[in-house]
Amino acid sequence: MVNDFSIHVATVNGSGSQTANNVLLRAILQMGVPVSGKNLFPSNIAGLPTWFTIRVSEAGYLARRARNDVLVVMNPETAAGDVAAMGPGSAIVINDTLEVPDVPADRFVYRVPMGKLMEPVTTDVKLRRLVVNMIYVGVVAQLLGIELQEIDRALQAQLGRKPRALALNQAAVRAGAQWADANLQKADPYRVERRDLTAGRILIDGNSAAGLGTMFGGVTVVSWYPITPSSSLVESLIGFLERFRRDPKDGRRTYAVVQAEDEIAAIGMVLGASWAGARAMTATSGPGFSLMAEFFGYGYYAEIPAVVWDVQRVGPSTGLPTRTAQGDLAFAWSISHGDTQFPVLLPGSVHECFEFGYRAFDLAERLQCPLFVLSDLDLGMNNWMSEPFVYPEQAWDRGKVLGDAELAGLAKFERYADPDGDAIPYRTLPGTKDWKGTYFTRGSGHDEAARYTENPAAYVKVMERLKQKMANARELMPAPEVREAQGAEVGIIAYGSSHWAVIEALDQLAAAGVKASYLRVRALPLAAAVHDFTRRHARVYVVEQNRDGQLGDRLRAEVSECAARVRPVLHYMGLPLDAQTVTDGVLAHERATEGAPR
Amino acid sequence: MSATTPPPAGQPTNRVGLTRADYDGSRTTLCPGCGHNAITGGIIQAAWEAGLEPHRVAKLSGIGCSSKTPTYFLGHSHGFNAVHGRMPSIATGVHAANRELTLLGVSGDGDTASIGIGQFMHLVRRNVPVVYIVENNGVYGLTKGQFSATADVGSTRKGGEASRLNPIDLCALAIELGCGFVARSFSGDQKQLRPLLKAAFGHRGTAVIDVISPCVTFADHEGSTKSYAAVKEHDAPLHDIEYVPYFEDIAVDYEPGTTRDVTMPDGSRIVLKKLEVDYDPTDADRAWTVIRQARAEGRLITGLLYVNQKTQAFDVERDMVDAPLASLPLETVRPPRAVLDEVMRAYLDGAVAAAAGGG
Ligand SMILES: Cc1ncc(C[n+]2csc(CCOP(=O)(O)OP(=O)(O)O)c2C)c(N)n1
Ligand code: SF4
Ligand SMILES: [Mg+2]
Repeated sequence: MVNDFSIHVATVNGSGSQTANNVLLRAILQMGVPVSGKNLFPSNIAGLPTWFTIRVSEAGYLARRARNDVLVVMNPETAAGDVAAMGPGSAIVINDTLEVPDVPADRFVYRVPMGKLMEPVTTDVKLRRLVVNMIYVGVVAQLLGIELQEIDRALQAQLGRKPRALALNQAAVRAGAQWADANLQKADPYRVERRDLTAGRILIDGNSAAGLGTMFGGVTVVSWYPITPSSSLVESLIGFLERFRRDPKDGRRTYAVVQAEDEIAAIGMVLGASWAGARAMTATSGPGFSLMAEFFGYGYYAEIPAVVWDVQRVGPSTGLPTRTAQGDLAFAWSISHGDTQFPVLLPGSVHECFEFGYRAFDLAERLQCPLFVLSDLDLGMNNWMSEPFVYPEQAWDRGKVLGDAELAGLAKFERYADPDGDAIPYRTLPGTKDWKGTYFTRGSGHDEAARYTENPAAYVKVMERLKQKMANARELMPAPEVREAQGAEVGIIAYGSSHWAVIEALDQLAAAGVKASYLRVRALPLAAAVHDFTRRHARVYVVEQNRDGQLGDRLRAEVSECAARVRPVLHYMGLPLDAQTVTDGVLAHERATEGAPR
Repeated sequence: MSATTPPPAGQPTNRVGLTRADYDGSRTTLCPGCGHNAITGGIIQAAWEAGLEPHRVAKLSGIGCSSKTPTYFLGHSHGFNAVHGRMPSIATGVHAANRELTLLGVSGDGDTASIGIGQFMHLVRRNVPVVYIVENNGVYGLTKGQFSATADVGSTRKGGEASRLNPIDLCALAIELGCGFVARSFSGDQKQLRPLLKAAFGHRGTAVIDVISPCVTFADHEGSTKSYAAVKEHDAPLHDIEYVPYFEDIAVDYEPGTTRDVTMPDGSRIVLKKLEVDYDPTDADRAWTVIRQARAEGRLITGLLYVNQKTQAFDVERDMVDAPLASLPLETVRPPRAVLDEVMRAYLDGAVAAAAGGG
């Protein structure tokens, strides 16, 4: 098994295994072999079990794999279960102080005296506890053939600024590797071999990518309330802003970040700032997104831009707060009371998290309404290999804003009129001198001139235009990505982080003799191309990480004549989606339909 | 109409060349006699006298009869009638985007002390520059007279039901939260309200003015502690107030030793004429004592309760550049390509600790 297996590390939350796992991950990447890293962590700061999985895949598959091949056992509490979950042929590296029931003979068990190996490394007991993780790094490297100089390079990059920590960690890695070399008989089949498949690739999490994109979008006002898994998006953004968005002359900030008292205040600040002409954003997750609902309706009706990232986690309610899901799609689409609809971006990669980071502002300002970017915990908080990001080539689009210069040439200004026939009105900003541009913004009934009204016809006129605006947005939003298999009867539709499992599943399906086209939805409202794809394929599988098949429901509603052919493939247990689940889901239906009249 | 239109002949103009009518809004739709209407009049007059430029003012409000009033004044200012209780967050965002705007917030006691108490407190805590006017009638006018959180113990609704819970005193709360300008007034006392408003316009930070404003429809009966009759009977001004703007060279002739002066950052002065007692509005402890005593005695203390010009406004604390953030050009807010290259290099080298990775 060269370059095609998964390493599963079971540790205790807060035990400092983060550096160890990252070093393994990076060392493999540096050997030219594609990797991905997924962190399965509890809602807890320290003490509960946590797992980190490294997938090594020469084929470049980055999705979670359901099966693990190499296990590192560091947590006494979960040791028995962790070991029991390993299949025949797997390799198990275990701290020899841990008690585990007998392991069947067809598993390869390596017992390592980690505590003893740490003794010569340092006398400091606390440090021993933290650095002991580097022992398994050394052992695993030795067993799997991960080059020690790449481990060193990875350590250096992470700890280069702390020479003492670096030396200590290096010593622990050496101790582990040397001991393994002298004492372990390699019996398992798993090996990493140098390739040249990762040159120029970065490893980054989606939240950092989104934070970076947000900065390059020219954000000026950020308001947020911390919630997993969105916090690291704003925290990384703050880091970038602090470094790169100070006035070169006096070091003052060209932005404002406000940690709000709650998510209602956060979205209020964003709407206030956007109304006054700033590029403003917030990031949250399910519970916070729910709190914002009233203000979203306001933003929709009063037509105020706002960029809101919802890094989805498992609901309902507090749900599984550190587990991934795509459960907010239906909610996002019409989140407020009355008739509301919202544009939604669905990034499927860290690259897209970066790109949507800045494009979201262009779209929200063009469409003059709150716009949501639905990421998820898997995409946002896990490590993804990616091409480096591309600098935004185009200038920004600030949408239809009239300043004094433009107003001077106009006989009149009506905030909610549609002079261009594209259902998008013009807006002015407070501070505009020309009194023609003044208007009063309200969430209550208003006519085209922004005057209060309860007149039925005037109300309907504005509402119909808003509907038309969203209809037009179908083709303004990023188009879906289609991989057409000529003549395929099977079509697969997915979005967001599911993408990675689906592209792997396409290969599995092909191997099983099923030819399938694939469409990745990148936005709501659904583009005509999504409807057409559905019409073109006899059987359409909609892959989602939620219980109710939320995108499938939309699709059935919008392409009602094809409703019967839309079938859900669902996965919502909190773990990132894996290819086998998709393949099995599709095959189950396919086998059932086989022979049936089509 | 534009700002450059010459004023009609014969109409007096203020220092920015505007007539009082230029500060009007649309016609009120509130009940005739509602206290809120009088406050609207006070705002119009004070804004005109202070020479606020309408285009530099943003009017903000929540939901309620009181929160409707921004349409009735300063018709040439942009306005934002937000959702219930959430005007403070809107104000914070507007200020963050454009620190050059003068923010005029109008709210009600329900909007502020009930649903919006959290946002109100955090606005004050952040010291966002807003003139925050609470039109306080002790009830929810717009939903037909239910008690708000400022209703006094024993005050009755029209049907006779008495309020049993302790009221929230927004002024005491604001002082506790470090607010640098806290006043209480009465919609029926324009002589006091106007100079307070003008002084508040000049304050750099949150200025809270709690204006008792009787609801003639639901809280003007006997038994209501915020009826016109009750307020007139119990109103106990701390001082007479005169506001001397920096641009007006008027001498206020009071006998020496009978006044206290507060100088504003722009050089304007608040002149407080002593009444029965010599009240020092820079002493927070004193303010609390006076508020507490007045409540115990059923008196309504009005005037400038507390002032502190040394608080740091939100934009200063955030260390924001002078220019409104909303006005910054793309070159300023989109770092150059080299910055992305630098960040990408760090990720390429693994110099950035990846976000995930296990405890
Ligand atoms: C979220 C929400 N809940 C309830 C209401 C109904 N509502 C409208 S105004 C109001 C109370 C307003 O009271 P106050 O702020 O004191 O204003 P007043 O009418 O007395 O001036 C309520 C409860 C609403 N508009 N929004
Ligand atoms: S109901 Fe009360 S508060 Fe509302 S407008 Fe009438 S008098 Fe004013
Ligand atoms: Mg009220």
